[in-house]
Amino acid sequence: MTDQRAGTERRPTEGQVTGRPPEATDRAEGWAATTLEAKAAGSEDIGEASLWSDAWRSLRKNPFFLVGAVLLTVFLLMAAFPTLFTRTDPRDCDLSRSADGPSAGAWFGYDVQGCDYYANVVHGAQVSVSIGFLAMLGTLLIGVVIGSLAGYYGGWIDSLLARLADIFYGLPLILGAFILLSVLPDRGVLEVALALVVFGWMTAMRLVRSTVVSVKEADYVQAARALGGSTGRVLTRHILPNAVAPVLVYSTIYVGTLIAAEATLTFLGIGLQLPEISWGLQINSAQNRLRDAAHLIFFPSAFLSLTVLSFILIGDALRDALDPKLR
Amino acid sequence: MGRYIARRLLLTIPVLIGASFLIFAMVYALPGDPIRALAGDRPLSEAVQAQLRAEYNLDDPLWLQYVKYVGGLLQGDFGTDFSGRAVLDTIEQRLPVTAKLAAVAVFFEAVIGLVAGILAGIRRGSFFDNLVLVTTTLIVSIPVFVLGFVAQYLFGLRFPIFPTSGINEGLYSYLLPGLVLASLSLAYVARLTRTSLAENLRQDYVRTARAKGLKPSVVVGKHTLRNSLIPVVTYIGADVGSLMAGAIVTETIFNIPGLGRAVYDSVLRQEGAVVVGIVTLFVFFYIFFNLVVDVLYALLDPRIRYD
Repeated sequence: MTDQRAGTERRPTEGQVTGRPPEATDRAEGWAATTLEAKAAGSEDIGEASLWSDAWRSLRKNPFFLVGAVLLTVFLLMAAFPTLFTRTDPRDCDLSRSADGPSAGAWFGYDVQGCDYYANVVHGAQVSVSIGFLAMLGTLLIGVVIGSLAGYYGGWIDSLLARLADIFYGLPLILGAFILLSVLPDRGVLEVALALVVFGWMTAMRLVRSTVVSVKEADYVQAARALGGSTGRVLTRHILPNAVAPVLVYSTIYVGTLIAAEATLTFLGIGLQLPEISWGLQINSAQNRLRDAAHLIFFPSAFLSLTVLSFILIGDALRDALDPKLR
Repeated sequence: MGRYIARRLLLTIPVLIGASFLIFAMVYALPGDPIRALAGDRPLSEAVQAQLRAEYNLDDPLWLQYVKYVGGLLQGDFGTDFSGRAVLDTIEQRLPVTAKLAAVAVFFEAVIGLVAGILAGIRRGSFFDNLVLVTTTLIVSIPVFVLGFVAQYLFGLRFPIFPTSGINEGLYSYLLPGLVLASLSLAYVARLTRTSLAENLRQDYVRTARAKGLKPSVVVGKHTLRNSLIPVVTYIGADVGSLMAGAIVTETIFNIPGLGRAVYDSVLRQEGAVVVGIVTLFVFFYIFFNLVVDVLYALLDPRIRYD
């Protein structure tokens, strides 16, 4: 479940809607249950029942996670090694078979140019996945740096950065990136990823900031400081590790959002350009053929949606596993 | 309360200025020559170019252009597009279309989202609950423009129930695009309602209400729903602004002559004045509805005190 618009901190999110601490009984029950599981799972597990081993145990049993993991593996392989899935050259085209429907020889039929559509759709995974991960890494970089600054130093730096985030929140991801990309002369993978970072860093920043604020006065952080730890060391070794779980959940789901955003921008004609092979471009060039060649829209759309779905399934499952309060 | 609203209003001003400058800077400072875009294939003479540049203040430094622009805005002058038509005219003509589309979307979002969320939240773990979970996950995974094509294919071509393009059939032609525009928020509302309701149903006061023998419908309808719907109502309120800006994709697919479509067209034609004007308006709506929601939040939830 994701929503890049839900931003302001007082905006309720799932699980903390009432602003009251979760019921103590629930937590105790959950804890007891996991402890029992740990015992049942074998004695060697008890020693290392950390957040992550607990999470892994519950993930393995979550069917949504398993479906997501299988889908994601397929699409990552497709992005990295498209030739594993097809030996046909996606640029080997013959106009005489333009927009032919699916057949035994060409499972997904042929596109308007008469190129094998299955090969094209398979090769389209690469740019989508690349942009998704690139933009996610950029977002995380900015989010972690600015969020740590705002949370750790507080005061006017915090207020200034909060206002800056407010300004960018005023422009939704798609709209902002759409305008920015429209004035760039060349638009490749890097440019599209950059535009998505410029208008999408705010939620990651707020996530990191709130974690930093919540733990920076904790005893162990003060101890680290009192022992002479530098700001950088205290931040990276003692404060930021607390943000790993929420940031991991957020960024997994967010990669899906980014892939959908890239496809939307490209579909609108302002993202990637030909001769790039991408799902957005394929849907764009087929949009007027809905009536007579719906397969041209169906296949790239299905692959695109399944890719986004795999990230959302894994992210949702991770959140359930890492945040016992939501159980 | 009054002080809180005044302070929130003051905080809005720098955000609005910052956001509009951001849009302005993107449109005017980055590479790309609007005059050349206007001229197209035939080059204009130097004199005509100079005159046009002077007319649109293109020779001034960026900040001065912006100051002049805001000066005009304050007097209700949004500038003119390249054919000499006032941007305000375009806005006046297209705002009602987008507003209608957003209203239809909010309607679907509230009705379908709430009903699905309530039914799922009352019986957590039931078949319907799982159905809502799976459906919302699927809806969120499908990009809006793909959903638009699916809707057009199913309800426009396979079973021709709804028009798939334009607004010639009045409110009827807004239904399908409205539903598509609402889809993402609808899924979110359903999930938010479900979580919120399920959480409240576990509270002590609900147990008390049940224990004293109230009918289940009263327990849910009167005692639990009121509390559970606070976050949902505020979400829907804040979403209105986002829906208007989100209309850019929906209006393009369904060929609806609203503000979103106007932004799309003028971005492709590099009509800076129109883009800046309309997008600034979007930002204004977004900020405005968020402000309304913040105030509404305080009114709905007496536990929240701002002063």
